[in-house]
Amino acid sequence: MAAIGLDGIGKAFGSTRVLRDVTLAIRDGEFLTLVGPSGCGKSTLLRIIAGLERQDRGSVTIGERRVDALRPSDRGVAMVFQSYALYPHLTVARNIATPLEMQRLTLAERLPLLRLLSPRRRRVMRGIMEEVEAVAASLRLDGLLARKPAELSGGQRQRVALGRAMVRRPEAFLMDEPLSNLDAKLRVHMRGELADLHRRLGATFVYVTHDQTEAMTMSDRVALMLGGRIEQLGTPAALYDTPETLAVATFIGSPPIACIPVTADGGALVAAGTRLALSAVAGAATLGLRAEAVAPVRAGTAGALPATLRRAENLGAEWLLHATLDDPAATPIVCRLSAEAQGAARERGLLGDRLWLLPDPVRAHLFDAAGRRLVAAAVRPRVGAPA
Amino acid sequence: MSLAIAATAPDAPLLRTGHAFAAPAALLLALIYIVPVAVLVWLSLTDYTLGAVETRFLGLDNFSHALADPVFRRSIVNTFVYVAIVLPAGVLLGLGAALLVHRRIRSRSVWEVIYFLPVTSTLIAMATVWQFLLHPRLGPVREITLALGLGEVAFLSDPALVLPTLAAIGIWQLVGFNMILFLAGLSAIPRDLYEAAALDGAAGGIDRFLRVTWPLLGPTTMFVTVTTSITAFKVFDTVRVLTEGGPAGASEVLLYVIYLEGFQYFRIGYAAALTLIFLAFILAFSILQAAALDRRVHY
Repeated sequence: MAAIGLDGIGKAFGSTRVLRDVTLAIRDGEFLTLVGPSGCGKSTLLRIIAGLERQDRGSVTIGERRVDALRPSDRGVAMVFQSYALYPHLTVARNIATPLEMQRLTLAERLPLLRLLSPRRRRVMRGIMEEVEAVAASLRLDGLLARKPAELSGGQRQRVALGRAMVRRPEAFLMDEPLSNLDAKLRVHMRGELADLHRRLGATFVYVTHDQTEAMTMSDRVALMLGGRIEQLGTPAALYDTPETLAVATFIGSPPIACIPVTADGGALVAAGTRLALSAVAGAATLGLRAEAVAPVRAGTAGALPATLRRAENLGAEWLLHATLDDPAATPIVCRLSAEAQGAARERGLLGDRLWLLPDPVRAHLFDAAGRRLVAAAVRPRVGAPA
Repeated sequence: MSLAIAATAPDAPLLRTGHAFAAPAALLLALIYIVPVAVLVWLSLTDYTLGAVETRFLGLDNFSHALADPVFRRSIVNTFVYVAIVLPAGVLLGLGAALLVHRRIRSRSVWEVIYFLPVTSTLIAMATVWQFLLHPRLGPVREITLALGLGEVAFLSDPALVLPTLAAIGIWQLVGFNMILFLAGLSAIPRDLYEAAALDGAAGGIDRFLRVTWPLLGPTTMFVTVTTSITAFKVFDTVRVLTEGGPAGASEVLLYVIYLEGFQYFRIGYAAALTLIFLAFILAFSILQAAALDRRVHY
């Protein structure tokens, strides 16, 4: 088990700068997710930790060691690939056994024909196979050891890839979008299995994904990467509740946050001609409203934003009302209602083609013109405003 | 769908349409392959000679004569010796060249063209060039053999050297083609596998080759082996141009003997029988290799 330190990592492919001065301390035993849109450098960063790619600047430490000069196999990390990268010609057992064979057999004992001369090889292989069986059993692969990867389902292949990573008892697991090739249902299931595995092994997990749900559900901490930098590092809750920039707020959260341009007028914020029940903050340029930060109210309520209902989605336990504000510069807004709240609002006649949406001052996010978050304390109900 | 329909309710118009669609391909197949082979079989059972007024039916006499014929038997041995040299060398050198060229990024296309040039050239013309190169008195190779202290080497007129020399020319012509096939196979190997191998500790060249490259080249290797052996079996042009089977029959190969019988002596019936034997060899060889390699090819 080991902590991983990244210090000032920079990397360019040709003239494209993929990573710009990334510094990150991954704690021992932590499940840290690198999340971001494609091209943000998250995979490159993982490959630099693994040693598959060499950084132009900065250094990587794993545990106490600086590993910059070490080969991938000497760094004490194991990697799980999006494509699984199993050896198609080897059985499940031999796939899982490969890292141990490389460690414990001499080169001569790995060569075809020549290996038959070594009596030691059979003894070593027996020991390896015992460990392989133990790992396979813990991943519920026991019945499949004699099969080839082509005969397995996607989920089974992914478990074989995990087994190959686990068998060498690495200090850290590096996972590059391991669930992307699975269908939606299996992905949900494997999310649970991976979280369990992390708890059971207690090893450091570095997990790369573009899927924010995976990042939010499994991680201890999430590093959101944009344009080769870490935009924000924090717990999933911190990223959701206190996004430091507009970019983080827009990336995290589903349905996406609504971004509404605002101006200050006499101590209050004004959006699309509506005086909001929010006090003005110097420099405020954009108001961010998540689906649970607005509620439908009666037409003409002070501080409510008029909007046009586009469609209403019934998700069973809750409803999502998709609407557009009258300001064309604002992004579409979504209002999340529990099934009961939706029923009540309908009875009160609040859900016509025109909606009036009242922002919740506590849950509203304010950003300046550069997209930086304005301190949460500044967003507060205006004195005397209707709650 | 249409199969199911045809099976449950035999629909005459539908069936006729199906036959009509299959007819052109079936006709061509019959004209190009089946009819000629049938004619060949019939000829091989007769004493037909070109321009003969009457032909006798001989049964299997041609075949028993062939198996007893020392010229034909020697040509079989010569052909096998030739294949035994060209097959492993052609495949391994092609693989080696592909491995070397594959890693080159900027110079790759230059190397590809250099190795592929012999494939595009006309072997008859190139054989004449080789004849000059290897000429014991006039050829540039003479300087090399003299420098090595081997004296004048008569590559094409020494019975012990003629087959290996012809084989070397055959290999020279084949390697580029095999290299291109192996290059295609190499680019189909996912990079992930090499990276997984690097993390598993198979970072050295030998381990990478044994654990990833060689197994994943299985299908390519099988294809290359089969095509190379068939090409080697069909050796003719170099023999015809350079040695005409000599010296003293030391380079008489199957196709050359068939050519002599059929187109020099005009014994078409006998040549047809030899051709059938030749086809049987190629067929057996292909089946054997496919069966042997199939077990080691993984998907």
